[in-house]
Amino acid sequence: MSRAALLVLADGRFPAGGHAHSGGAEVAVRAGRITGAASLEEFCRGRLHTAGLTAAALAAAAVLGLEVRELDAAADARTPSPALRGAARKLGRQLLRAARATWPSPELDAVAAEFPKGAHQPVVLGVVARTAGLSARDAAYCAAYECVSGPATAVVRLLSLDPFEATAVLGRLAPEVDRVVDRAAEAAREAVDEGVDALPAASAPLLEIGAEWHAGWAVRLFAS
Amino acid sequence: MHLDHDHQHGPAAVSADARRPDGTRRALRIGLGGPVGSGKTATVAALCRVLRDELSLAVVTNDIYTREDAEFLLREAVLPPERITAVETGACPHTAIRDDISANLEAVEDLEEEVGPLDLILVESGGDNLTATFSKGLVDAQVFVIDVAGGDDIPRKGGPGVTTADLLVVNKTDLAPYVGSDLARMAADAKAQRAELPVVFQSLRGETGVADVARWVRERLAAWTA
Repeated sequence: MSRAALLVLADGRFPAGGHAHSGGAEVAVRAGRITGAASLEEFCRGRLHTAGLTAAALAAAAVLGLEVRELDAAADARTPSPALRGAARKLGRQLLRAARATWPSPELDAVAAEFPKGAHQPVVLGVVARTAGLSARDAAYCAAYECVSGPATAVVRLLSLDPFEATAVLGRLAPEVDRVVDRAAEAAREAVDEGVDALPAASAPLLEIGAEWHAGWAVRLFAS
Repeated sequence: MHLDHDHQHGPAAVSADARRPDGTRRALRIGLGGPVGSGKTATVAALCRVLRDELSLAVVTNDIYTREDAEFLLREAVLPPERITAVETGACPHTAIRDDISANLEAVEDLEEEVGPLDLILVESGGDNLTATFSKGLVDAQVFVIDVAGGDDIPRKGGPGVTTADLLVVNKTDLAPYVGSDLARMAADAKAQRAELPVVFQSLRGETGVADVARWVRERLAAWTA
């Protein structure tokens, strides 16, 4: 296995569709909840410990070999907003496409055939990480980091925020990303014996409500 | 229900494969790019009107922040609504057609699956700058649309769109006298930038309309299906 595979998968330029999504940041900007670097940091912290933890645990569990279909159903159950479920499947399908070109494997082909319209992105992320020879913690790191880096990049575009300030937010959150990954990996190990119900179900109601509002806008920069 | 248990064929293609999972040849994909307001959507609409009776076709639009282009095509009723799909691009139209084409690939594949078989899919980029080009993983050929009112120095300035597109369209030639654009100079500059690659001067308000571009599309399609 290659350590550098982790960099390939975690690279923000990995062509898996993330650039068109703000992770709820567009709504939060419109609602006045993100106005600068400080409120971006609070937003990202909240997202990391809720949706981020849940996504990281799903990804780690997929690396450990839990059933993709069961994990996908578990992700559905943890995502009340239909708009967010749609976005997660779309992104899962896009990630799978990029991954099948990058790390061709029968396992990825099988997931594509079973979920032609996409499985939840964190679940796909875990399967992809395993195919690339990465560990459960690696997959959790990708999911947790992406959950804060996506909104940070989007806010640079939405508010013309200084990109150095946005990146400094990510730097300050890094130790918390480590802790979330520890929790996610631990929960995924428990889920191997106890099933998907052992996975965290932390959610952020405002993200879910905001996603539904956002989906109805006629004019928006991001798909979610 | 999102799960398709009866999916009989292999998994979807990765990107530019000429065959669909069931072995049939996929539709020809032609991209249309160019600066904001140069007439990309008007050209797509005119092409649809001219070609829809002889070909099975569909359109993907890439609006930057609205669904205006898709809605214009729907309002003009150039195609039935199920043949028009809008892709959202997260403030970066060139990313969606060049650096990360996954959303557009899904749109073209879904169109083929849902309203196919299709002969031709037009992928229209959101208005962008002169460096925006389509990935070869997304389209088989690309048209770059500029207009005389955007300045007659654009062909001279070049850039990847003007220089490398399979067809350069200089649109709104009827406006040239009013904006002081020198069509002969634009033609000479384009020739210098593009050597043998074709250039079409077009006015959609004139009698010929989109006929020259439509002829070029038919030639590409004949080569694709040969």
